[in-house]
Amino acid sequence: MIDVPEIQLEKCDGCGLCVDVCSSQLIMMRESVAVVIKTEGCNWCTLCEAVCATGAIRCPFEIIIE
Amino acid sequence: MMDKIDFISSVPYFSGLTKTELDAIAALFFEKNGKKNEVFTLEGEPAETLYFVASGVIKVFKTSAEGKEQILSLVRPGGSLNEIAIFDDGPSPTSAEAITPVVLYGISGADLILKLQTYPKIAKSIIKALASQVRQLMSLIEDLAFKRVISRVANILLEHVVNGGDKQPRLTQQEMAAMAGTAREVVGRSLKTLEDNGVLRIDRHRIIITNKEGLKELAQIS
Repeated sequence: MIDVPEIQLEKCDGCGLCVDVCSSQLIMMRESVAVVIKTEGCNWCTLCEAVCATGAIRCPFEIIIE
Repeated sequence: MMDKIDFISSVPYFSGLTKTELDAIAALFFEKNGKKNEVFTLEGEPAETLYFVASGVIKVFKTSAEGKEQILSLVRPGGSLNEIAIFDDGPSPTSAEAITPVVLYGISGADLILKLQTYPKIAKSIIKALASQVRQLMSLIEDLAFKRVISRVANILLEHVVNGGDKQPRLTQQEMAAMAGTAREVVGRSLKTLEDNGVLRIDRHRIIITNKEGLKELAQIS
């Protein structure tokens, strides 16, 4: 499993807020939609999901028992 | 982005004003551009300007005595900052910091209060907007006071354990919020509380339940 946020391109309105909030510089705009450009380095702060007004970004959690 | 007049006319506080009234109000507004991480309000300090977000996002948060930050809300375009301190003349109950570059429109609290006397229509709209916020806060208090959300979140976690046998979907905080019937921010706070209680640990994209029995007990509180 790749540990990066999931972006549904068809829902992205290209506002770019996720790019601005990402402290790991993991997201960039390409052809007016947000894309994840690295597969490592995400600290899962979930701010990109929180600021996305269209619900295009998902930062899902895997729930496990130790 | 909309120009100043268009933006101000789109703010619920100023809905229903005539063009002349709107022009008079808009003349009192100034534009403020902020950088990411710029702080606009500090908890405990006075706030003299009411801001409306035209673009970007501001986080509104409180800081505990131990320095832990708790985000209460994210203010997006159309939202406002500092009403409480402006209208009750007290210190700001929260801090506000830009998490993206932002464009704000601000009006001094003193100017706004003077205009309320000239245009009572604005006062009516503001009362309505504040009442709506009180309604949301009441709902939040109800959830927090009766620990319903923590209990619901605990149940959701127990039902979605991936190593419990059945294949379970991974859940976002937004999805947990929808299931628990609450706001995303409240789920974030509940997860932190559960972590502080020692029943789980959050390790990046994994929520690791470290005390299943303890979590079950919390799930039964109603």
